[in-house]
Amino acid sequence: MDFLNFAFMQRALLAAVLVGITAPAVGIYLVQRRQALMGDGIGHVAMTGVGLGFLLSTSPVWMATAVSVLGAVVMELIRWYGRTRGDIALAMLFYGGMAGGVMLINLAPGGSNANLMSYLFGSLSTVSESDVTAICLLAAFVLAVTLGLRRQLFAVSQDEEFARVTGLPVRALNLLTAVTAAVTVTVAMRVVGLLLVSALMVVPVAAAQQLSRSFAATFVIAVAIGVTVTVGGTITSYYRYVPPGATIVLLAIAAFVALSLLAAPLARRRARAAAARQPAGDPAECAIPATRGAADEVGV
Amino acid sequence: MTGEPVISLRGVTAELGSRPVLRGIDLAVHRGEVVALLGANGSGKSTAIRTIVGQVPAGGDIALFGTPRRTFRDWSRVGYVPQRTTAAGGVPATVTEVVSAGRLSRTRFGLFRKADHAAVRHALDLVGMADRARDNVEALSGGQHQRVLIARALVAEPELLIMDEPMAGVDLASQEILAGTLREQVRQGTTVLLVLHELGPLEPLIDRAVVLRDGCVLHDGPPPRAVGQHALPGHDHVHPHDRHTPLRTGLLS
Repeated sequence: MDFLNFAFMQRALLAAVLVGITAPAVGIYLVQRRQALMGDGIGHVAMTGVGLGFLLSTSPVWMATAVSVLGAVVMELIRWYGRTRGDIALAMLFYGGMAGGVMLINLAPGGSNANLMSYLFGSLSTVSESDVTAICLLAAFVLAVTLGLRRQLFAVSQDEEFARVTGLPVRALNLLTAVTAAVTVTVAMRVVGLLLVSALMVVPVAAAQQLSRSFAATFVIAVAIGVTVTVGGTITSYYRYVPPGATIVLLAIAAFVALSLLAAPLARRRARAAAARQPAGDPAECAIPATRGAADEVGV
Repeated sequence: MTGEPVISLRGVTAELGSRPVLRGIDLAVHRGEVVALLGANGSGKSTAIRTIVGQVPAGGDIALFGTPRRTFRDWSRVGYVPQRTTAAGGVPATVTEVVSAGRLSRTRFGLFRKADHAAVRHALDLVGMADRARDNVEALSGGQHQRVLIARALVAEPELLIMDEPMAGVDLASQEILAGTLREQVRQGTTVLLVLHELGPLEPLIDRAVVLRDGCVLHDGPPPRAVGQHALPGHDHVHPHDRHTPLRTGLLS
């Protein structure tokens, strides 16, 4: 445990823990509404913020937060209004954000793509005192939203139309989810990097789903997996010369594979238990078209 | 049946894309009534329902409990069952978790008190799903999914139930259970407007049938007589009102 004596490792571990908690906490709602790749899109947009931070010699973390929040809000607006061409507009936003970041950072005095690398793939060992402050504040915001509004966010992510008819402020909640996801992206940026951010939002949730039957359990298990892999990856990268971001993501995927293998016999047992509870001679059910999802547009 | 209608549509029009789907619908549902919306696929049944709950932009006048829909905020009085084949989302959720979402309109800031938890258990009892409360909704059958969706609408103890094809893909056993649930709600004075493809086990409950065709009201009166072939999808529920059609009255007439 000698790594705990180093200030840079203390900062890195603190950042890792916070990311391990917050990324799956937001990611679960994105997965629930089947927008698992939204974090990836925000990560692309955040690059412009990082570039802008370098150009204006301000903190890249706060600038990335500002730009990715703006990008997330625009993405949400596109989802409302641009139904048919929405995906094209989103593609413009993502790649525009990425290209903008590369361009701005090259325009910055003394800037080069080498600076960008630490944001693209994370750079835990260079997390500074002010980065830690920013990450703590942002993580507190993310947790307040994802835990405090869990019932509302669950309802909106489960069935948006139903949530609107119960009178929930669905637009405001959707915007809040987008903003929270954007904040999480910048929290995780220094740890796993913008290109791998989305993995930490999605993979722990996907892994947790293999075991869980309830949303609450999925949430808790996903956060536990998130913290385990971020801390595990950070410590591994201290002892072995491996990039922490990539290590963390690979560990998360390993957890997913391991839990999937574990889940198959578990699912069989549950199915048998359920079958035993069903009375014999139950009439066959009408076939349900497999193509219909919960959020499908209902025909008339 | 006197007093202000619970649902009132006057000259309601709606378009999907640029295609007119509703072309001037008039409809009034009074307190305690059970009204079925019938019609072929594409006749505008679902769109009519969705304009009432504000999910499709519409022209004309729509009022809920005497309040114009645009200014109506009292959504806890309305229980809505959207047309779904599943209650599941992208993440596992238990039956209790899904049904609890329907209770939010009765809570302050989403904080659940004892009465809210009790209401969730009661709603599950009403649809006969209490024993599956802690099960993952993905493990349920089609009929059980619908029962969960109906429990989610009932958990707010609404005065008005609006249901879009609650019997779609539901096995007969579940249909009977749902008919029983609905009968109990109607007995307690709940007003019901529902889209149906066939009257089925609900037939004795229905006071009035409104038949749509091409976005217009074709028939508004006693429900058409149900015969065997009614169940066929796409079947046009249009019947001449001959003297053999008995006048059907619901429980509260």
